[in-house]
Amino acid sequence: MILRSLLDRKSNSYSLAGSFLICVALIVVVLLTDTQPAYTLPVYNVKAIPAFARKYGLPCSACHTAWPELNYFGMAFRDRGYQLGNDRDSPIWQNPSYWPVTARMTPMWHRESTDQQITDTATNAKVTQAGFDLSGMDLWMAGTLYKNISFSLLPSSDETGAFHFENAFVRFDNLAGSQWLNLKFGHFELDNLISEKRFLFLSANGGLYQNFHFIPVGDVNNFGIGDNQTGIELAGHDANSYTRYSISLLSSTDGGVGFQDSGGNNTTGRSYDWYFTFTKGFPTGNLGVQRIQPFFYYGNRPTIFNQTVGGDVIPATGTGNKSFYRAGFQGDLFLGKFEVLPFFQHSNDNVYLANGIPANQAITAGMQNAIWNGGFIETHYYWSPQLVFLQRWEIVRMSQQGLTTTPGTQGNIDAYSFGYRWYPIMFSRAGLAWHNEYSIVKSIGIVPLSGNGSGSPPITPTTPVWSSSLIFGFDFDF
Amino acid sequence: MKLTIKAASYFFSGFLVLAFMGAITCFAQIDHNITPYTKTMTSNIHGITGRAYGDGQMRPDVGVQLFRRYCVGCHGPQGNGEGENASWIDPKPRDFTVATFECRSTPTGTLPTDEDLFDSITRGFVTTNMPSWKALTVQDRADLIAMVKSFSPRWEKDKPGTPITIPPEPALTIESILRGRQNFDKLQCWKCHGPEGHGDGPSASTLTNDKGDPIRPYNFSTGTRFKCGATNQDLYRIFMTGLDGTPMPSFADVVKPDEAWDLVHFLRTLQVSLKTPELALFRKWVAAHPGQLKPIGQEQAP
Repeated sequence: MILRSLLDRKSNSYSLAGSFLICVALIVVVLLTDTQPAYTLPVYNVKAIPAFARKYGLPCSACHTAWPELNYFGMAFRDRGYQLGNDRDSPIWQNPSYWPVTARMTPMWHRESTDQQITDTATNAKVTQAGFDLSGMDLWMAGTLYKNISFSLLPSSDETGAFHFENAFVRFDNLAGSQWLNLKFGHFELDNLISEKRFLFLSANGGLYQNFHFIPVGDVNNFGIGDNQTGIELAGHDANSYTRYSISLLSSTDGGVGFQDSGGNNTTGRSYDWYFTFTKGFPTGNLGVQRIQPFFYYGNRPTIFNQTVGGDVIPATGTGNKSFYRAGFQGDLFLGKFEVLPFFQHSNDNVYLANGIPANQAITAGMQNAIWNGGFIETHYYWSPQLVFLQRWEIVRMSQQGLTTTPGTQGNIDAYSFGYRWYPIMFSRAGLAWHNEYSIVKSIGIVPLSGNGSGSPPITPTTPVWSSSLIFGFDFDF
Repeated sequence: MKLTIKAASYFFSGFLVLAFMGAITCFAQIDHNITPYTKTMTSNIHGITGRAYGDGQMRPDVGVQLFRRYCVGCHGPQGNGEGENASWIDPKPRDFTVATFECRSTPTGTLPTDEDLFDSITRGFVTTNMPSWKALTVQDRADLIAMVKSFSPRWEKDKPGTPITIPPEPALTIESILRGRQNFDKLQCWKCHGPEGHGDGPSASTLTNDKGDPIRPYNFSTGTRFKCGATNQDLYRIFMTGLDGTPMPSFADVVKPDEAWDLVHFLRTLQVSLKTPELALFRKWVAAHPGQLKPIGQEQAP
């Protein structure tokens, strides 16, 4: 009611005064709750493609609930291979000068703070940083090479300008004339109903799903279900993309290139992983479409690295594969303008992975599989296509540590984020969002996942580390 | 809550900075002031009521928000087809203020039914910028139809026409195809669509719609589906109702139902990119009867 009273609605628009007041009111709330401060600058991987808006003349909101998150129509468009299906999708119909490229970046001010850090002067220092800054940059090209042949190429940089390929694939759509047969080849995002690449959070702590990247203490597995992987995907969908499936065969490198893993390490093998998803949407009248997606990922990682040159492991020669899996479900539920995104994941890493032991060595007493569960509930309220309020509560709980001597709570995470995005400019050429977010994470005995590697674990494994982010900035996409 | 000086300084500096940034954002905002003729229009799709504006109870302003989300870029906030993107689109977006619609089940000159508009939104229009909106829920599409109807006073004055009756399709025969071919010639369909159905008849380059915009006749040889559907029934309906607002007239007064079905069967033979049964039958007959077909449009040629 308070928010509503601040708004002066007329002709479906918000008055300047109302818009200004809502900005300020929410920001004040954020400031007042900034009790725990954080510190690193994330590389944002969230995506939207105004190149498509320019190609088809549709506003951002046609494909996005709030960009970059896809709505029903955007999901169907993506599933069709970036095609509307009106016989004008092939580039032969475009002006020869049309170039399907989009650039996205976020100038910002942000404040990061983490406590329990070991510095030169203290073992439990609270480190706080703040200032104006830049995010990384996406330079995304995507579209169709011909009717029913689509592609995506995404060179993405961190905030220093160091580039990597976030994705690069070719997709053959509607094979044999069937929308149930689409084959993707290359480096791509897993078919997650809740996409970390398209979500609405940007801060160092809130700008990632903890569950998508969490690895227990002592575990050498590098897999994250939020990491883009390299391989092939067979996928299909019905006409409105309410029913979908995806089967992926992926190299066991966590999306690394040059036969290395995603961290640039040579400790890789020649095994393959599998990922299975099935999505079903249920229209529920006024409420919208309710989607659920069970998923299952089964993978292997090598544990023996005997072949070396000059002492360096030769990539993709690892042996002694040991398995792991992730299983759970995701959802995308609507209650009118209110969206709920539930996620649950059960994870299990083989004892050899959990303890970093080569497969040709004996397991010692106290070693066991690492098992954990996690999940989150994220909610969005779409006041209008140009204003969305966000919040997310996320937990990770260790169920069984790789070593029985490890404290049972070490690695547990509690995270909470909230904020809003306001799109003052949203039309068929480009987009601009005013983004304000606060995020706080409590992780026990580990370096916060939001850290850039410079952080340190607390002095004891049972000490909680609090890390927080406050960010406001202009997120623009052209 | 006791505010320390440090906390107060945080608060004040943060307030100033954010207020400044927020003010910039506010002044930069682009609004779409959607201005329909009426806010009371509804639609009915298979028992589901669509509303452009809220009913004062559970549902907010649904249709207008959906229109703002999906449609305003092309059709414009006034619904007159002059959205920000219209100048780049060919063919131009529909002008809802005149309430003239091409794809209908109702006679020429009448308003379409809600189901006609629902089918159009669901199907989209091939070779145009209007996509299929099937991914939206039925309720959303019903709300959008109510919004489309809100832009013209005609919906308050007139009622939709009565859908035409489409008789059962007779069996496909070569005689039916050949009769259809004669009608295609006699009715001078070829003048626009061309003798081979390539959309290159002698009048093709002169055609405009009611707004004066150039318009191309349908090219049967490349099209996988028609603008107003893909089935034989859809094709029958198209030339019995006409495409209002375009040079394509209704032939309901000059063509009998059997003749219309003959024409449907022949038009299918023009879709050479598809393997239609009509085309197979026609090609078989032509191979067995070389030189017996008179070229279409020959008598009218100078």
